[in-house]
Amino acid sequence: MIKITELKHYYTDADGKEVKALDGVSLEIKQGEFVAIIGANGSGKSTLARHLNALLVPTSGKCEVDGLDTMSDEKLWDIRQTVGMVFQNPDNQIVAAVVEEDVAFSLENVGVPSKEIYPRVKAALEAVGMLEFAKHAPHRLSGGQKQRVAIAGIMALEPKCLVLDEPTAMLDPQGRKQIMETVKKLKQEKNITVIYITHYMSEALEADRVVAMHKGKIAFEGTPKEVFSRVDELEQLGLEAPFAAKVASELRKAGAKLPKDIITDEELALALCQ
Amino acid sequence: MLSNITLGQYFPGTSFIHKLDPRTKILATLIYIIAIFFAESTLSYGILAGFAFLVILASRLPILMVLKSVKPILIIVIFTLLIHMFTHPGEHILWSWKFFVITQEGLETGLKMSSRLLLLMIFSSILTFTTSPIVLTDGIERLLRPFKCIGVPAHELAMMMTIALRFIPTLLEETDRIMKAQTSRGADFTSGNILQNIRNMLPILVPLFISAFRRADELAIAMEARCYRGGEGRTRMRELAYGSRDMFAYLLVILLFVGLAFMKWGKACVL
Repeated sequence: MIKITELKHYYTDADGKEVKALDGVSLEIKQGEFVAIIGANGSGKSTLARHLNALLVPTSGKCEVDGLDTMSDEKLWDIRQTVGMVFQNPDNQIVAAVVEEDVAFSLENVGVPSKEIYPRVKAALEAVGMLEFAKHAPHRLSGGQKQRVAIAGIMALEPKCLVLDEPTAMLDPQGRKQIMETVKKLKQEKNITVIYITHYMSEALEADRVVAMHKGKIAFEGTPKEVFSRVDELEQLGLEAPFAAKVASELRKAGAKLPKDIITDEELALALCQ
Repeated sequence: MLSNITLGQYFPGTSFIHKLDPRTKILATLIYIIAIFFAESTLSYGILAGFAFLVILASRLPILMVLKSVKPILIIVIFTLLIHMFTHPGEHILWSWKFFVITQEGLETGLKMSSRLLLLMIFSSILTFTTSPIVLTDGIERLLRPFKCIGVPAHELAMMMTIALRFIPTLLEETDRIMKAQTSRGADFTSGNILQNIRNMLPILVPLFISAFRRADELAIAMEARCYRGGEGRTRMRELAYGSRDMFAYLLVILLFVGLAFMKWGKACVL
């Protein structure tokens, strides 16, 4: 589905200094996979995400989406229809003053015939559980609801891959839960590829694979169990392992005999009770 | 405190006027406004006022509310009336004191001019009372579309209006937040004269503008990610369509227009 080879992205900042936002990243993502990308601020995870639908193009290296090179201008709109993107601030990605009009926006852009638009808008709103708000004004919705509208706007295009760039960073715990549930449901029902960038390790736990980034490079990757059991290494990257993994690691250091792959609260509780 | 501001003055309803196509309403309002300037005799003013009254009845808007819409221009109306009353030359002097003279002709012209303004204001506010800003934008876009070939950016204008409508409440909320933040740091927005008040606005405007630019930047990226590439090849979810009630409305307003045009020039032609 997505194939990134030796991707480098350099740019010059305001002081004229060259910044290596991405410094040789290779990554392959299969159709239907749920990949979480974690990393401290400035680790290059957002830059990486923006390469996936050609909002940014590589300085060197290659980024292929569904067999299409993101460097090719002719295929630009195909790429953007294949890879949908949801951003951090829900307020700044909703265009229209009515929810359903906003969801229709992307379909109108790609020239879907008028008659087909409404059924697709309805289906997309239903998929994110926002159908009852179809006629509402976005500014009256909660953060989680707004972000779901933004997801519906992307899902209406029926992309094969959904990239979410810290979609929950500005939401309250309830909104975070809503978004995670929506994403999981969409992935299950439509078998879409999900690339989920997040600061919250509890969200990354839900992924099939976790990629940890550091200074424009992939530090390590693997299943959530493989990644989050490396508590000390994560700390060196400026990341915090899930609470249960940290407790288990400290207990092991203190001499307790606990298995190394504890990352969730339930696993910790079970191990402690044995 | 700013959040309860409503946009425009749309008064939701399901009347005949509410259901008209926005294009019909915009064009009918324009035709009516042109017709106002044909009016000369008292009878023609009566017809125009009667027509406006019937439209208000058909829209089922509270009459008082519609009449209140003239409030912002009331000063201009009174001013117009006074200027015509005192400066219009005429023969029948009604009242005079020192160099102030009111003639009958002056009084008549003054009344007519100010009723023109009142009718204009009342009729155009029926349009905004019965049409939501979003629908109005749609109507304007469709009306301007034929002028695209001479360089009128119909789609871009409509897009700008849509985004403005979307972001006005968001920016109001933001203004509110910034005001509270500055107040909590000791800023004072309530006292002082006008000049001081304007100066006091600076600590609100600067952060507001910075944030608005950042929002614009992020919105542009999000729009691009959603395949936005201008008006070319774009479709719309709801295409506007004229119905029989629109034809009826056009017929009525054109009848009014022709009638008033006839009253102004017709006699000259017949003679």
